Order: sequence, then structure tokens, then C-alpha cells
Amino acid sequence: MNVGFKDYCFKKSLWVFHFGGASCNNCDIEILDCLTPRHDLERFGILLVGSIRHADVLLVNGSINMRDRDRLLELYHQAPKPLLVVAIGACGCTGGIFADGPTFAGPVDKVIPVDAYIPGCPPKPEAIIAGIVKLVGKK
Amino acid sequence: MAVNLFYFFIFPGLIFVAVAGAFLSWFDRKITARVQFRKGPPLLQPFYDFFKLLLVKETILPKHGSRFVFLMAPLLAVFGATMAGVFILLPLFKINTGFRGDLIVIFYLLTLPSFSYIIGSLASGNPLAAVGGSREMKLIISYELTFLLFIAAVIMKSGQHFDLNSVIETQQSGTPFIGSISGVILFIVGIFCIQAKLAFVPFDMPEAEAELSEGIFIEYSGTPYAMIKLAKYIMLFVLPAFMVALLMNGMNGGVNIIWTVLKILAVVLLITLIRNTNPRLKIKQASAFFFVWMNLLVVVAIVLIAFGL
Repeated sequence: MNVGFKDYCFKKSLWVFHFGGASCNNCDIEILDCLTPRHDLERFGILLVGSIRHADVLLVNGSINMRDRDRLLELYHQAPKPLLVVAIGACGCTGGIFADGPTFAGPVDKVIPVDAYIPGCPPKPEAIIAGIVKLVGKK
Repeated sequence: MAVNLFYFFIFPGLIFVAVAGAFLSWFDRKITARVQFRKGPPLLQPFYDFFKLLLVKETILPKHGSRFVFLMAPLLAVFGATMAGVFILLPLFKINTGFRGDLIVIFYLLTLPSFSYIIGSLASGNPLAAVGGSREMKLIISYELTFLLFIAAVIMKSGQHFDLNSVIETQQSGTPFIGSISGVILFIVGIFCIQAKLAFVPFDMPEAEAELSEGIFIEYSGTPYAMIKLAKYIMLFVLPAFMVALLMNGMNGGVNIIWTVLKILAVVLLITLIRNTNPRLKIKQASAFFFVWMNLLVVVAIVLIAFGL
């Protein structure tokens, strides 16, 4: 019962911290779209926070190059656990067109463990919402 | 003793103000969402946020900086906000008539949350938190004189009564203070002081989300951050209640309780609308706003009171 209450509170109040790697900004804009009036993720208690110390979900998009890798690892270690990691977009999930680049340091799941993948270039806001629903159902 | 503990922890104290403040926090977020043509969070959202932070999340302590002070500051904030709530709500509910001079005590207790945020942020050893702390200090210096003059004007208007109960009784036997020109001016000044005390948008430079990434609260996580949220909820209820007690007739018994609730909701609605229709000021502009314009308005109000208007 107690555990169920904790899980329920966690699911109902996911605070999101957004990390953009070497992104082309399309995914960033689609993520912001989720918070605009049309889709309004605050209905489900999802908020964008400014500090990684307050985050429950780490959204990562864009290809991860050698410079981003250290920053991403540092952010992951700075975040209070439990933390869910979501890789957004083709670059975050697989590397996309940058996968063969000389500075590419692997998709997100080679750096930190990933809980959900939302592919697409860029994914629609509906796809992002569907991914978050599946993530919450899995937890 | 037992009665005092009951007052502090249960009825006008911790639990009551926390629940009422959490509801007002939901109201504030819902109004914000409606202003932006969104749907807004569900009613229990503040409780989910609070219990998630309290029970689920890990607490991270700063490596550089004072851990003890870092952990104690949020507790001090909750204590100050709750104590102020008790001193304001006891006369408001007519449970206990308070003591002579309790307005001064309330004034100092209401400063305690902002003060402890500064202590906590400076103890965290984070440069962004230090910038936020210094901005919060400047903000306190700006609005505190105005707030003190505001309380002094209310004391003068009530005929030199230094306790909240007499202020409320003076209004209930005559007219509410807001029904006069000086009362309206004092109401405007009070709303802006509340706005600055709550660090809502025109005056939210200490925690500026975009430039300082939450500023003074940047290093807080888990349980201490839950305490900070609690202090913020409590302040969101206590300050409008203080306003209603000082200027808007306090509370009568019976059906009038609904009327009082509506008055508090109206004050919160006004604060939220100001928050949603204004950009963030620079700290310099905020200081000038309070030092020049708000102080001028209070002085005008005091002169009007001296002439009996």
C-alpha cells in the first residue's frame, strides 16, 4: 500500500529536465510544443524545471558527441534518483544521420541507461505524449 | 501547553495552513493555465508534488558548503511561515485574541522564510545560488520598508491599536478600511508587497528560472525541497489572509465564512493575474519601484489618514 502510494505520487508529478545534445533544434521545438496550450502536459503534472536537482525525467535529444558525453554523464550523476531517462528523436535513439560522424560518441544508451525511446525525426508531440504514457505505465 | 501545541500543529497551524495553501497553489496554477488557454493540473497536484519530493526522491547534500545550515534553512522557513500563520489566524478566527504588539511579531515572522532561503542558498556553495541569494537580499531591503510603513499606516488608521484583533474589531464596528481612499491606496501597496514576498513574477529575480535556473533553490532536492514547497504553500495562504485581516474586514461567523474565503480567493486571483501579465523586472527597477513609488503611495495614504479620509 505504502509503496503503491509513493509510486502513484511519482507518476502523477513528473518534472522534466531537458538536455539538448548536438541537436538541430527540431526535437527541442517539438518538446516545447508538448507544453503549449494544444497539448498541455501540465494536465498530467508534467513540468519543465530549470535545475537537474529537481528533475524526475531527463529528456535527451540530439546526437551525443564527445563533448556532450561528459556533460551528460555529469548531469546523470548530479540528478537525485529515481530518475527516468528518455531518448527523443532519431539522433538520441540511434545516432541518425550522425552515426558515422568522426566526433560521434554513441547514442544515448551507450552513455547512460535509457528507460524509453521515442523515435522520429522529429517525433510529433503526440508521439512524445504516447512515449511518456508508456514510460509511466512501465514504471 | 497541549492547547498551544494543537494551535501550532493542527488547527490554525501547520496542517490547516498547509492544506489551504496547497489548495491555493493549485488555484494559482489553474488560473495561470486558464489565462494561457490551457487546461491546467488536477486538484491534488500540489499534494502529489509534495509527497513525491518528501517520500520518493533522493536528498543530495552539497560537497562544498555547510550541510547543517543547508538542511536547517528549509525547516526554519516552514517554522516562520507556520508561526506567522498561527498569529494571524488565531485573531482572524476569534479563537484567541492575541497580545498587544503582535503585528510587529507577525511582521518579523513573515520575513523569516525569505531570510532562511538566503541562508540556505548561501550555504549550498553554488555560484548561481549565491547570485540568487544576493538578489533576494536586495529585494528584501526594497520591500521591507514599504511593508513596515504599510503596517504602520494600518495601525494609524485603526486608532493606534497594535494588535490584530483590535484592528479587525475596529473594522467590524465601523466600515472596512478598504472602503476609503487611503484604504484603496494601502491595498495597492499591500498587493505589491505580497507579490514581492512570494517572489511572483514581476519580482521573481531570486529564482529566475531562465537565467539562474531556479536561483536560490538550485541545490535543493528531495525532502528539503519538499519543505521549501511547503513553506511556499503556507505563505501563499498566510499573506492573503493577513491582507483580508488588515484591510478587508477580517471574518464574521456563520455564512460570512464563505464570504471571507471568497475575499482570500479574490486576493490570490489578483496576485496571479499580475503574475501572468507582467515580465520580470531587473533588481534595480524593483528597488526603484519600491523605494520611490510604493513608499510615496504609503506616505500619501498616511497623510490622508491623518486628515481622516
